[in-house]
Amino acid sequence: MSKMAGADGDDSLYPIAVLIDELRNEDVQLRLNSIKKLSTIALALGVERTRTELLPFLTDTIYDEDEVLLALAEQLGSFTVLVGGPEYVHCLLPPLESLATVEETVVRDKAVESLRKISHEHSPEDLEAHFEPLVKRLASGDWFTSRTSACGLFSVCYPRVSKSTKSEIRQHFRTLCSDDTPMVRRAAASKLGEFAKVLELEYVKSDLIPLFAALASDEQDSVRLLAVEACVSIAQLLPQEDLEKLVMPTLRQATEDKSWRVRYMVADKFSELQKAVGPEITENDLVPSFQNLLKDCEAEVRAAAANKVKEFCENLPADSRETIIMNSILPCVKELVSDTNQHVKSALASVIMGLSTILGKDNTIEHLLPLFLAQLKDECPEVRLNIISNLDCVNEVIGIRQLSQSLLPAIVELAEDAKWRVRLAIIEYMPLLAGQLGMEFFDEKLNSLCMAWLVDHVYAIREAATCNLMKLVERFGASWAQSTIVPKVLGMASDPNYLHRMTTLFCISALSEACGQEITTKQMLPIVLKMSEDQVANVRFNVAKSLQKIGPVLENSALQAEVRPVLEKLATDQDMDVKYFAQEAMTVLSLA
Amino acid sequence: MKCFSRYLPYLFRPPSTILSSSCHTEADIISTVEFNHTGELLATGDKGGRVVIFQREQESKNQPHRRGEYNVYSTFQSHEPEFDYLKSLEIEEKINKIRWLPQQNAAYFLLSTNDKTVKLWKVSERGRRPEGYNLKDDDGRIRDPSTITMLRVPVLQPMDLMVEATPRRVFSNAHTYHINSISVNSDYETYMSADDLRINLWNLEITNRSFNIVDIKPANMEELTEVITAAEFHPNQCNTFVYSSSKGTIRLCDMRAAALCDKHSKFFEEPEDPSNRSFFSEIISSISDVKFSHSGRYMMTRDYLTVKVWDLNMESRPLETYQVHDYLRSKLCSLYENDCIFDKFECVWNGSDSVIMTGSYNNFFRMFDRNTKRDVTLEASRENSKPRAILKPRKVCVGGKRRKDEISVDSLDFSKKILHSAWHPSENIIAVAATNNLYIFQDKVN
Repeated sequence: MSKMAGADGDDSLYPIAVLIDELRNEDVQLRLNSIKKLSTIALALGVERTRTELLPFLTDTIYDEDEVLLALAEQLGSFTVLVGGPEYVHCLLPPLESLATVEETVVRDKAVESLRKISHEHSPEDLEAHFEPLVKRLASGDWFTSRTSACGLFSVCYPRVSKSTKSEIRQHFRTLCSDDTPMVRRAAASKLGEFAKVLELEYVKSDLIPLFAALASDEQDSVRLLAVEACVSIAQLLPQEDLEKLVMPTLRQATEDKSWRVRYMVADKFSELQKAVGPEITENDLVPSFQNLLKDCEAEVRAAAANKVKEFCENLPADSRETIIMNSILPCVKELVSDTNQHVKSALASVIMGLSTILGKDNTIEHLLPLFLAQLKDECPEVRLNIISNLDCVNEVIGIRQLSQSLLPAIVELAEDAKWRVRLAIIEYMPLLAGQLGMEFFDEKLNSLCMAWLVDHVYAIREAATCNLMKLVERFGASWAQSTIVPKVLGMASDPNYLHRMTTLFCISALSEACGQEITTKQMLPIVLKMSEDQVANVRFNVAKSLQKIGPVLENSALQAEVRPVLEKLATDQDMDVKYFAQEAMTVLSLA
Repeated sequence: MKCFSRYLPYLFRPPSTILSSSCHTEADIISTVEFNHTGELLATGDKGGRVVIFQREQESKNQPHRRGEYNVYSTFQSHEPEFDYLKSLEIEEKINKIRWLPQQNAAYFLLSTNDKTVKLWKVSERGRRPEGYNLKDDDGRIRDPSTITMLRVPVLQPMDLMVEATPRRVFSNAHTYHINSISVNSDYETYMSADDLRINLWNLEITNRSFNIVDIKPANMEELTEVITAAEFHPNQCNTFVYSSSKGTIRLCDMRAAALCDKHSKFFEEPEDPSNRSFFSEIISSISDVKFSHSGRYMMTRDYLTVKVWDLNMESRPLETYQVHDYLRSKLCSLYENDCIFDKFECVWNGSDSVIMTGSYNNFFRMFDRNTKRDVTLEASRENSKPRAILKPRKVCVGGKRRKDEISVDSLDFSKKILHSAWHPSENIIAVAATNNLYIFQDKVN
């Protein structure tokens, strides 16, 4: 077929026609592609037809798969230009309205996000004439999906509408806060904070505080716990003198809620709450609350509170910080070190080291060090790991030597743990430990562990051990590598176990760059070349892979004289894989 | 036993159509029945993994007697037979339970479960379809691309109403044992699934993670003495749920107290009557179903011979005990031999919690009026179901002389059992599953 239509531009219609037809293709992927190119379609149709034909069609396509709807909801958020600019932006409301009522939360949320986005493009008149009625429709919809969506739209239209409309919006919000279904009350509770931000302060006090108090004592746990979050935003808005009367009763009630999920939420949001209520209330009220949370009967709550110990202490007012920590917090922390629940202990272990910078050298040695030492001996590996991973904090304050006596047995035990994931985790901290303990200590105590991992029976450990060696060489330098690591690695080349022989090759590949040309050429290369005659094919093709890897480090003469013949020989190997990797290496090294 | 009363709690007329499949295969046996929250829809699940949804006819002036007829609305295959290769176990497709979710938009949602996997289904209507292609003409012929000079945007045109069921979520890999119950929490955000030894809590939107809230598996399986038989959330207290055990006890747990509810907050148990003790005591005391009343004040449990109503505030003994088929007490031995003694009968409340219903053998089912203390035995059978007639109460003769319309215990058919039934949430309409037949009876109009 000739491309005769090219001249008049109709040629360009064909791809668009395909896109439009594929909006309803049976294959979801094709539909998704088309939706993602919706702007191309709209551009080709022009603003008029986009408004009168495309948008009505899209409004009714809410039967589609979630991912298609999600993409559609997102596209419509930046569609204003394509329908003719801000003047016509309200044309986008119908499809977004129908998307805001689907059952899938992610789609609904995206539709609300797009609605919020385009709300700013409405003129005040259009907002009042088109957007606000939509919010009202959603807010009084039959199904809770539409009412939950409405909750997210109040705050964007409130600041820009007339006084009478404002009062209507407040009324709608009030109604939704006492909706029959917990879903809507949850949506209202989660938007309470952002709505409070756009409300006039007098209405915050007269309207929102009662709603807030009601939601905070809702019969549903899932609603009450969301009120805790709202606590933070509301406290930020109110002047300090009102906090005690308007927010604190609710917060106190939440910290003592019967449901552990609500108390968990308080613990989880504790730092935000602390910042929002200010130093005075923190000292008088939050410190005892925090103590209670650290002693809570539910482990989940204790763990969440333990996670906040460092942040809470950091944010205490400077003048009373040390006294509060020493008198109120530290006694609780001490108990948590021997908690019955390992999640609590490991949460504490991940932050406790941070206290040393706050308390300084003397207190750390006297009070914290015994705790660190106890945790290093904890039965749960995660606790020990968390302590070890945060050693840098202590190192800065008291130096790591104080700990090294206890550290070493802990490390050795983790290194030999029966669970390979634990071994993997400790390997990952080795470079860090090496840096802090210094070369001498390392050579003496830890080097043998690093070498032992190379012959671990789990591949993931051998692989991590290889990578670890590379990082150690980067830290301690090539001459250290030559004297301590290279001989041991090369020694494994004649190991009877082919897996260990392969480890040699992996190490060489990893270390060659860090070790430099001389060591690579003189010590490593001969071993690799010799291994090309290994009887196991896996070893031979790994020789080819290693040669490819170390090639760039070698001098060209060595490459030509020594590597080329070996690769050529491997390229004629009887094993397919060996051939393949040899040929690949030759191509990459430009030896072919 | 008290002579049956002519003044029945309710007068049920038989359905003009009995909903059943013509052939009688194992797969057609109905395994669960459940009304939705408004009663407009009724779902059944069967051993073949299918879910059938019935919709109530709208009231029409021309045919007033057709009010409330339920017709098939949608049928879909919810579960397929599977094979667990790791454990060399066949996983049956049988639907163990169906639970409706409250309606959230124009579509309906329900949870269905087999032994291992819970699925969330969406049942929705589609009445329009897009028409008009660019690359094809209206007859479906491909158009020459060079003739495309105008872009067409598809237009939605009305079409015959289509009801489609789509799986929205699949909650799998969380149960080692067989799931016996699912129950949606009153927060409408979470639900639980219970198997023989554990109860898990799920968020309806999250499929890859669930929280274990009850675990009664002993460290050593040889010490196992009881299993979980049923579990349900309280209808309006989001933190409360109960689970029943094979030992005839019920534990009420408060999820506020701790994340893991291994310590119950209430323990309901009726002291055993030593004079009634026999080899079968433990088997027949196993609870097969537990249901909260709509008010949330009471709960009802079904064991092999009785149904009991408990006040949540009294743990020491049930408030009311109703004998379902006490005449079987002398036949327990043969019921043990044919395995009938392990049948799991369910029980249901009526909309106002004043009447309870549960099943028996010979296609009989029983109703107990809690206020008048009257009870009745009815039969779900084709022979008995003359249209527009009123269901006749049946009576089982115990010893002595058999009267004219009585049936002797020995002639009861134990293969015909009513295990599953449902009561409309607000009206006197009941759905009774008798093997592969579903009978919908409703209170006599006028």
